[in-house]
Amino acid sequence: MTIEEIENEIISEFSMFGDWMEKYEYIIELGNDMPVIDSTYQTEENLIPGCQSRVWLHAEQKEGKIIFTANSDAIITKGIISLLIRVLSFQNPEDILSADLRFVKEIGLTDHLSPTRSNGLVSMVKQMKNFAFAFSNV
Amino acid sequence: MEAIAMNVDQIRFDFPLLSQKVNGKNLVYLDNGATTQKPKIVVDAIANYYKEYNSNIHRGVHTLSQMATNEFEQAREVIQKFIGAAKKEEVIITSGTTEGINLVASAWGRANVKAGDEIVISAMEHHSNIVPWQMICEEREAVLKVIPMDENGELILNQLDEFINLKTKLVAVSHVSNSLGTVNDIERIIDRAHSLGALVLIDGAQSVSHGPISVVDLDADFYVFSGHKLFGPTGIGVLYGKETILNDMPPYKGGGDMIKSVSFEKTTFNEIPHKFEAGTPNIAGGIGLAKAIEYIQQIGFDFIQEQEEKLKIAATGMLNSIEGVRIIGQAAKKESVISFTIDGLHPFDVGTILDQLGIAVRTGHHCTQPVMDFFGIPGTIRASFAFYNNMEDIEALRKGIIKAKSMLEI
Ligand SMILES: Cc1ncc(COP(=O)(O)O)c(C=O)c1O
Repeated sequence: MTIEEIENEIISEFSMFGDWMEKYEYIIELGNDMPVIDSTYQTEENLIPGCQSRVWLHAEQKEGKIIFTANSDAIITKGIISLLIRVLSFQNPEDILSADLRFVKEIGLTDHLSPTRSNGLVSMVKQMKNFAFAFSNV
Repeated sequence: MEAIAMNVDQIRFDFPLLSQKVNGKNLVYLDNGATTQKPKIVVDAIANYYKEYNSNIHRGVHTLSQMATNEFEQAREVIQKFIGAAKKEEVIITSGTTEGINLVASAWGRANVKAGDEIVISAMEHHSNIVPWQMICEEREAVLKVIPMDENGELILNQLDEFINLKTKLVAVSHVSNSLGTVNDIERIIDRAHSLGALVLIDGAQSVSHGPISVVDLDADFYVFSGHKLFGPTGIGVLYGKETILNDMPPYKGGGDMIKSVSFEKTTFNEIPHKFEAGTPNIAGGIGLAKAIEYIQQIGFDFIQEQEEKLKIAATGMLNSIEGVRIIGQAAKKESVISFTIDGLHPFDVGTILDQLGIAVRTGHHCTQPVMDFFGIPGTIRASFAFYNNMEDIEALRKGIIKAKSMLEI
């Protein structure tokens, strides 16, 4: 699926929630279900520091696509990470670089990706794009 | 000013922001340690200044400039009386606690700290009472020593002689810890330091809103605090310093207002307090802070302390009644600042759920990373109370925590 198709899928999933609780329960579930990052990648080097929660991000390239794995110590952060990975993993570097991640706003999570949150997510998205940029130049 | 009713329900009406809705819920504001809300009279005083007599101070002959200068200098006197300083010249207007500490570390430190000297801080300091001292110690090859604390979050003072000795030049400690709520025995620390000729700076950021201060009785050499944690505006704060010490200190920043005469060959500096107040100050901030202090004086610390004590006891009891909640900081003497963790849950997740419920708490390390490292935790959830909080707020927090637990526990 393209980035846009996945984003639309997520938007339609979230449109079914009646209130904030259902939405956060789903995010928490996503966080709990997210495949754990290979522990060899959960290193200081892959740590994206945030004031509130910490995020580890690893990227590798397979057949032109970038595969992201990640983890966080906070479960809500993890749930949002799993959405970002669903959208951006297994995509081409060029598509990742041009993704505007419109879905974040549509599902009402803009707050979590605002620089003031200091939960590591803004830096994480930036880092995902940095990886894409680096891989597009090899 | 009209009399203020000593009743929390009435008092809450003085604070327009408290009736806000957040995420569609009634706001429950429990982040007073970070900043306090402002009574309407403070907001009005600031607006009036800009609407009616906005002018630069200490430099114009015109009427509005005189008015603004008078108000600003009167604010200094209000602050002086509030902290029990001997003279108004000992009250330096700063932008906040952080600037006050940096001013002393930089201006006093450069003139007085030499290689091998020691500066002493404590294990529970806010980063702003750590980093400026690290910087001057590094510059001067001086040594930074740290008074340790115990599991209850109390400073270990029975080995004080080890930490404060003849090499000690200055001791910088917080009166009240922002992450643990501990009230430190600063009298004892000041006694010990003075007996060896060392100076003491007290970080009063978390104490000035909770009880009366007399810098003269305490015999503190420096006392710093921020207006915004005292129901006043942001960007304004106070550095109190003893007159003789301030006179001997070189200036901190250069600019207008801090000079007597300037030529390209030589500049002579103004007297205190102006020597330390280069540039146009936060005039509205000073006026607003004075109003906030007058408001607090009308409410009275008797009422404030009684109310906060009730809130602290009720909140502590409530938290202890919830399974898995652990209060971090069990000092015998605490202000109404309560940090806690919940077993298995990350503070950020709990804070996010509470926020959805309109409950404002602080989560994280509260700019005291060494304290979190000491307890081996990534951070805490902190509920900090002011006299305008009530029992409904505590009940809302209880329900919020139960909800967060039910959503987050696997
Ligand atoms: C104990 C303590 N010291 C210093 C500060 C810094 O105050 P400000 O950011 O207003 O300069 C704070 C604020 O959180 C504090 O709680």
